[in-house]
Amino acid sequence: MSLRRFIAVRVAATVPILFGVSVLTFALVHLTPGDPIDQMVALNPQISAAEEAAIRARYGLDGPVWQQYLTWMGNVLQGDLGTVISVDQPVLPYIMARLPETIALGLFGWAIALLIAIPAGIYAAVNKDTLGDDLSRVFALSGISLPNFWLGLMLILVFALWLDLWPVLAPDKPLLSADMLWYLVLPGVTIGTASSATLMRVMRSSMAEELNKEYVTAARAKGLPERTVVLKHVLRNSLISVTTIAAFLTASIFAGAVVVEQVFAWPGLGRAFVGAIVGREVDLIMAITLFTGVTIILANLLADIMYAVLDPRIRYD
Amino acid sequence: MSTDRGRIRITGFDADRVESREPLSDWTETRDTGTEGRWVRAWREFRRNRSAMLGLYIVIVMSLLALFARPITIAGVTVQPFSLAPYDPGAILYAQGLDVSAYEAPSLAHPFGTDGSARDVFSRVLYGGRFSLSIGFIVVLVTAAIGLVYGAIAGYYGGWVDETLMRILDLIFAFPGLLLALIIVAVLGKGYWELVLAFTAIGWAGYARLIRGEILKVKENEYVLAAKALGARDRRIIFRHVVPNAIAPLVVQASLSIGTVVIGVAALGFLGLGLPPSSAEWGTMLDQTRQTIVQGPGGSIPWWVTVFPGGAIFLFVMSMNLIGDGINDALDAQEGEDVARGGEV
Repeated sequence: MSLRRFIAVRVAATVPILFGVSVLTFALVHLTPGDPIDQMVALNPQISAAEEAAIRARYGLDGPVWQQYLTWMGNVLQGDLGTVISVDQPVLPYIMARLPETIALGLFGWAIALLIAIPAGIYAAVNKDTLGDDLSRVFALSGISLPNFWLGLMLILVFALWLDLWPVLAPDKPLLSADMLWYLVLPGVTIGTASSATLMRVMRSSMAEELNKEYVTAARAKGLPERTVVLKHVLRNSLISVTTIAAFLTASIFAGAVVVEQVFAWPGLGRAFVGAIVGREVDLIMAITLFTGVTIILANLLADIMYAVLDPRIRYD
Repeated sequence: MSTDRGRIRITGFDADRVESREPLSDWTETRDTGTEGRWVRAWREFRRNRSAMLGLYIVIVMSLLALFARPITIAGVTVQPFSLAPYDPGAILYAQGLDVSAYEAPSLAHPFGTDGSARDVFSRVLYGGRFSLSIGFIVVLVTAAIGLVYGAIAGYYGGWVDETLMRILDLIFAFPGLLLALIIVAVLGKGYWELVLAFTAIGWAGYARLIRGEILKVKENEYVLAAKALGARDRRIIFRHVVPNAIAPLVVQASLSIGTVVIGVAALGFLGLGLPPSSAEWGTMLDQTRQTIVQGPGGSIPWWVTVFPGGAIFLFVMSMNLIGDGINDALDAQEGEDVARGGEV
């Protein structure tokens, strides 16, 4: 099977999964008693029953659940993701306004995770059972055991309140300004630490495994400098197992954003999702869930493609 | 040499030499511990692992502290009369006529200080262990059991059964863990059993996939074929012959995921979607401190309301991970030298 065909098959296979995700989420959210209209009515008792019905009809919240689902589905297929009822704004621009914030945060977290994990993993594997290796293990273990929201709070406490190196709240500046990038360091570290620890562990063990293989002995025997052996031959092969984990971590970084954005009051998708849950914004919950579903599936697909690029022995059949 | 056995003459075999045979390998009496089960051996291996034992001790101590924090009464009968926590975790201390204000720094009377409602943080942290620890253990037991049965059925029967069951799994995996838990808690409302259900719903899938993979490997063994040939029922073959041989990775996974569940529960509490706001659950306690940290109560910063509940989560999860790594190593060591060398070198 060629790579192109493989990608096509995999993309086609995501359609039923996404359909299932949408049905499941829709059903779950509609099992919940209460929707934004109920809250609206509770706040404005003068709304009559007839007016309430009219509002429901306007937002497609009347009729049986399956009918509501079909209406929603029909709208989505035409590019209409629905409405955020509390602010009476279409879902798509609402999400698009928050997406860059989350992507910036996620990329920052990713960059920090990679910057720490890859060199530290290489170092630990090459200098096995030394003090540095032990320290890296302690770091990895602490990293995966730290709840990210607590880490965020502690970073604020130490670096923003006690040492006063960072502002406590995000400055009101455009996303790509120097102030903002500086502010992003704390949330970035918060979101990246757990991933960095996991990545480092994988990097270390796969690197250590590769270092024991015969081609390494061969490369050393022909007189290549150790640097070339490690950074050129071994690293490339170790990265294969790292890429799978990396794809998996993309999902966890996204899930981490839900919590970390809350800690730093960061106006991204994760915070919007928590708001949507609290306010029962059906359309918004659906849109964000599907969006993250697509992200996860794409990340996994990307990992498989990277596999093929990094290791030509891998075939698809 | 030869031995006479009835009318058959056996040559080349000397019964005496068996008794006093020379060691051909490094086989010794002390190495062979007879019929000792692999779990006993794993435990022996585990006990030698100092960091894992440290984790085990911490978990035991924390569990006991949570258990004995306040008396437990079931249906009017006090089953656990001890009270290690000096105050009721929910008590607002100045309301009880005590000379205590909100946000008092740690002192001898209040080792972890008091929180914004003048409640004793030390008592709350001790008591809070009950929520996180019990939810963690319950969820992992239930999810591992569900995943075991589900994965065993999928892996053993294969074919369309497998295909159908695995597509359902894909569905669960398309949600990032916490998102589905959030939706479920939103549906069910806040509360203890609601949290258990939410984390069960997202947790079993991982075990199912793991066990299915193991079953696929194990079922190729001849003893499964032999059991079939002897007319054993499917259920007996699965749970008596296949599952026990596939269960080691499940145990490792379970021990490692208790920490994940505890963090997840605390995260939901932190988002205000876990337990009711006044409960002493660790994550819920942190939710209330976030506001004060970011806005500042004026004057000094009450670091203790953040450090101690979060530190408790960290300590417990870290210890669980130490135990998990220890179990992993202990079970791994049995797989034979080659496998052990293939993994962590």
